[in-house]
Amino acid sequence: MTSTQAPAPGRAPIRRPGDRIFSGVSLGAGLLILAILAGVAIFLTVQGIPGITASPDEVKSGKSFLPYVWPLVYGTLIAATVAMLIAVPVAIGVALFISHYAPRRLGQTLGYLIDLLAAVPSVVYGLWGIGFLAPHLVPFYAWLDEHLGFLPFFGPASATGRTILTASIVLAVMILPIMTAICREIFLQTPRLHEEAALALGATRWEMARLAIFPYARSGIVSAAMLGLGRALGETLAVAMVLSVGVGTVTANLIGSDNPSTIAANIALGFAEATGKSVNALIASGLVLFVITFLVNFAARSIVDRRKEFSGAN
Amino acid sequence: MTTTLTPPPVDVSRELYGARLPTWGPRAVITAAVAAAAAAYAVGVNLLQAALLAWVICMVLPLWSAAVEGRRKATDRLVTTLVSSAFVLAMFPLFSILWTVISKGTKVLSAEFFTNSMRNVVGEGGGIYHALVGTLLITGAAAVISIPIGIFAAIYLVEYAEGNRLSRWIRFLVDVMTGIPSIVAGLFAYALFVLFFGEGVRMGIGGSVALSVLMIPILVRSTEEMLKLVPNELREASYALGVPKWRTVSKIVLPTSLAGIVTGVTLSIARVIGETAPLLIIVGTTDSVNFNLFDGRMASLPVFAFASQRNPGIPPEFSIDRAWGAALVLLIIVMLLNLIARLVSYFFSPKGER
Repeated sequence: MTSTQAPAPGRAPIRRPGDRIFSGVSLGAGLLILAILAGVAIFLTVQGIPGITASPDEVKSGKSFLPYVWPLVYGTLIAATVAMLIAVPVAIGVALFISHYAPRRLGQTLGYLIDLLAAVPSVVYGLWGIGFLAPHLVPFYAWLDEHLGFLPFFGPASATGRTILTASIVLAVMILPIMTAICREIFLQTPRLHEEAALALGATRWEMARLAIFPYARSGIVSAAMLGLGRALGETLAVAMVLSVGVGTVTANLIGSDNPSTIAANIALGFAEATGKSVNALIASGLVLFVITFLVNFAARSIVDRRKEFSGAN
Repeated sequence: MTTTLTPPPVDVSRELYGARLPTWGPRAVITAAVAAAAAAYAVGVNLLQAALLAWVICMVLPLWSAAVEGRRKATDRLVTTLVSSAFVLAMFPLFSILWTVISKGTKVLSAEFFTNSMRNVVGEGGGIYHALVGTLLITGAAAVISIPIGIFAAIYLVEYAEGNRLSRWIRFLVDVMTGIPSIVAGLFAYALFVLFFGEGVRMGIGGSVALSVLMIPILVRSTEEMLKLVPNELREASYALGVPKWRTVSKIVLPTSLAGIVTGVTLSIARVIGETAPLLIIVGTTDSVNFNLFDGRMASLPVFAFASQRNPGIPPEFSIDRAWGAALVLLIIVMLLNLIARLVSYFFSPKGER
C-alpha cells in the first residue's frame, strides 16, 4: 500500500521518473519478501494436502498421516527439549562471563570466538558428532546405564553412541552462539546505576547479578531461549547424521540404539528415494515443522519487539 | 589522681572487612588444577578425565572460601567458578571440531583432490572438483537473486517506509523468516519447481532459490542496520543541493554504507554456503561435473561430504576420508569468508564507526 500525501496547494513536488522507478522497485522488493513467506506456506500446503489425505497403502510407510507424523514430532520435541536443557544454562553462564566477569577488553574477542561456532556448517557438526563425539560418549552411556539405569531415560545403552542424547548435545552446541549473543547484548544493557546501587549496598557480584541483571533481562533470556528452540527444532543434517533411527519408535530412553527420528532428519534421509504420495507425505510433515517453528519464532520475536530498547537480535 | 584511659588498640581492618582469602588464593588453586590435570594427562589419563579432575580441584576454592569468608562470599566464588567453566565448556567443542576436521581432513588434500571429479572412481582417488564447481555456481546464483532483493527491501524500510504499518510488518516477518528451518526452504523450492517441471525435479537453480529464502532475511537485516548508520545530515545536504531522492540514495547513502553492506553480503554468503539440507532435497548429488544450473543434478561440497559419509561403499575408508577432506575445504571457505567480512568492515568503514 502506498499512501501519497496530498501536496500542499501551489507547491506540487516534482515527481521524476527516476524517483518513481526507484521507490517502486524498493517497495516491490519489500512486498516480494512477504510474497516469499506466503509462498512458502502456500506451496507447502498445496503439495502437502495430498500427503495428509493419502490412504495408508499409497505411502511407503504404510500408515495414515497422523500415526506417521506423531513419532517424528515426538522425536523433534524430545531432541530439542534436551538440547535446551543443556544449552540454556551454559548460554546464560557464557553470556554472563563475557559481559560481567571477563576483563572488559577481552570481552569482544571472547564473543567473537563463540560466534565462530555459528559459522561452522551443519554438515561439519554432523561429521564431528558421528566421528568424534559419539564414540567418545559410549563409555559415559554405559556408566549411565549401570548406575542410573532405574531412570526411564537411561535404559539399555547403545554400543555406537548414536543416540538422542548425542544428537541433543550437538544441537546444544549449535544453538549456543545465537542464545549467547542475545543474552550478552541484554546483559550489557542493564542500567549501570542498578548494578552500582546493588554493589554499593554490599552485594557480592553474584548477588548483584541476581538483583540487577536477571530481573532486567528476564524477557530477553526467554526470547533468546525460544530463538534457540526454533533453531533446534529445524536443524536437519547434524541430527540426520548422528542419530541411528528406528521405524516409528516412541521411547523415553535417551541413550538407546533404537531412537525416534525428527521431522527434518526424516525428510532429509527419505526424500531421495520417495516417490508419488510419499513425497507429499514428507512435504506435509515439513509443513508441520514450518508451522511449529514459525509459531515459536513468532512468539520469540514478539517478546523481543516489545522491548523497544533492544533491536540487534540476530 | 586521674587515670587516663588509653583505648585498647583496635585493628580497624578486622572490623570493617571480614576475613578474606589471600589474593593469591584463586590463582594458586587454578595453577594447582592445571598442573594436576597436566600431570594426570602425562601419566596417561584421557583428556576428558584430566579436564574433569582440574574442574573438581577448582571446586576447592568455594569450599575454602566457605570456611574462611562465610556463606555469601563462598556462593559468589562458586558462581564465578561455574560461569568461567561454562565458557571453557563452550570453547571445548570449537577446538575439538577444528582439531578433528583438520587432523582427519588434511591427509586427503592434494592437487588431485581439487582437480578430479568422482566420475568412474571406485575406492581410492577422485576429488571434489565437481562439488566445488556446484557449490560456487549454486551459491553464486543465490547471491545474484538475493542481493538486489535484500538491498532494495532494506532501502525501502529505511528510506521510503518512514515507519508505516507495512514496514513494521515486513521488518517483523523478516525477523521471523531468519528462523525458517533450512530443510523447509528446500521443500518450498521443490514444491515450486514441481509445478513447472513435474515430479522428481532436481535442478541447481532450485537450490539457489532455496538458499535465497535463507539469505534474503539476513541481508535485509544487516543492510538495514548499515543504512540506519548513515547520518541524516548527509541526506539533507544532498536534498538541499536539489538532488532527487533516488540519486541521493544511490550516490550518497549507498556509497557511505558500502563497506557495511559488503560485510553483510559476505557474512550471508558464508552462512548459506554450508547449507546442506535444501540442496539435498532439490539439487541432489552426482559424480560428474555439471556446469548447467538448469539441467539436472549437481554436486555440492556439503552434500558431497554428507553422501560420502552416508553411503561410503566398499571399502568405506576412502570415501569417509574424502568426506572429511570436503568438510575441511568447506570449513576453510567459510572461515575465509568470515575473515574477509571482518577485514572489509575494519579497513573500509568510514572513520569513527569501527
